[in-house]
Amino acid sequence: MDTVHARFKDKIGEVLLPGDVFSLSVPEGGDCIIKREKIICGPGLRRNGEEVQVCKSGILRHKQANLYWIDSQQRRYIPTKGESVIGIVTAKSGDIYKVDVGGSEQASLSYLAFEGATKRNRPNVQVGDLVYGQFTIANKDMEPELVCIDSCGRANGMGVFGADGLLFKVSLGLVRRLLAPQSEIVKDLEKIFPLETVVGLNGRVWVKAKTVQQTLIVANLLETCENMTSQQRQTLFKKVAEGSF
Amino acid sequence: MSNDGSTKLSKNLLRMKFMQRGLDADVKKQLDEEEKRIISDEHWFLDLPELKAKENYIEERSYVPCEDLVYGRMSFKGFNPDVERLMVLMNAPKVEDEVNEEIGGINKMDTDITDEEMARRYESFVGSMRKKFAKKRDRSAIIDREEDVNSNVVDCKPKKAFLKPQD
Repeated sequence: MDTVHARFKDKIGEVLLPGDVFSLSVPEGGDCIIKREKIICGPGLRRNGEEVQVCKSGILRHKQANLYWIDSQQRRYIPTKGESVIGIVTAKSGDIYKVDVGGSEQASLSYLAFEGATKRNRPNVQVGDLVYGQFTIANKDMEPELVCIDSCGRANGMGVFGADGLLFKVSLGLVRRLLAPQSEIVKDLEKIFPLETVVGLNGRVWVKAKTVQQTLIVANLLETCENMTSQQRQTLFKKVAEGSF
Repeated sequence: MSNDGSTKLSKNLLRMKFMQRGLDADVKKQLDEEEKRIISDEHWFLDLPELKAKENYIEERSYVPCEDLVYGRMSFKGFNPDVERLMVLMNAPKVEDEVNEEIGGINKMDTDITDEEMARRYESFVGSMRKKFAKKRDRSAIIDREEDVNSNVVDCKPKKAFLKPQD
C-alpha cells in the first residue's frame, strides 16, 4: 500500500484522515544524519515504529515546541489518566464503589480515596450520588480507577457534590470549549445570573442556579451552544439576560 | 557414605567459590568462559529488529495539557464562595507564569504572611527572648525601657559588677 509521507509542519491547521502518516522532518540536502528531536504525540496521533500515524479524523493542531494533536469531535468518552470527570455511583461493594463514568467499563473508587477518610471513618457516599474525581489508572487493559484526592491528600474540590442541580450530557468538543483558558462561552455565562457548574471531561455537565427555571435555562443554553456560531450565541445570551430581569 | 580413595564431587560443587580459591588463574578463566557459554545458549531472544527511536516520541492521551484546560468546577456571581476560592487556587499557577513573563522573571513565592508582618513578629520575638534569658535585676530595666514611649529614661545606671578595692 502506498502511504503518503508528509511533514507535520506543513499540515498544521489542515484536515487529516486516519491513515495519514508522518515522518520526522529530514533535512534536505542528502544528509543521512537525521536530527532526532522529541515529538509529543497528543490525542489522535499514534506512533507506529518509525512513523506517526493519524488515527482520528480532524484538524492538526500545534502548541509550543513540539506538541501536536488532532482536534476531533466525538461524544463517547474514553477514560484517560489524569482527567477529572463526573461519575455516578452505581454500586457499593465491600471497600469500593462502582462509578459510571460513561466509558466502556465502570470505574472503581475506593472509599479511602476521599479526604479525611480512614477505615473507621467512612465517607458518606450513597448510590446515585455524583462524584467529581480524577483517574489514577485508565488504560485499555484494566478497569479504570478514580480517586477524589490529589497526591498530597487534599480534596481540592473533588468528591461528592450536588445536592440539587441538573446533570446533562454534551459532546466532548463542547466540554473542551467550556474549559478552554479564555472561553467565550464562560464569559457570556458569567453575565446572566449567579450559578454554579461542574464540568467533567467525560461530557457530563452539572448546573445549579437559584431556581429550577434558571437551571433549566442554563442547561438548554449549553446544549444549544454546540451548534451555534458565536454571534448567534451572544444574541441568545443577551436575550436571556434581559428576559430574566 | 562409602569412602573411596577419591570422592567424586559434582560439577556444581566444583564451580562454587570456595572450591575455586585454590585454582590457578587460567583454570578459573576457562571455567568462567564455559559458564558464560552455557548461560548465553540458554538465553531467549526475539528475532525482531530492535525498536529504535523509542525515546523520540512521547504519547500523550489527554487533551488537558494540549489545550491548557482549566479546573472543572466553576461558580459565577458568588453563588458558591468555596468554589470561587478553589477556582483561583487551581487556576493560579498558570496566571502566575504569565505575570512572571511580563515582569521579567521576578519570582515571588506564595507567602503565608507578608514581609512586614514577619518583621513585626520578629521584633517582638527578639524582645521576649531577651526578657526570658535576662537576670532578675535586668528584667525591670528592660521593662522600663520598653514601656517608655516618650524617651523619658535617660542613662541607665552601670550594671552592678564587682568593684575591686583600690588601695
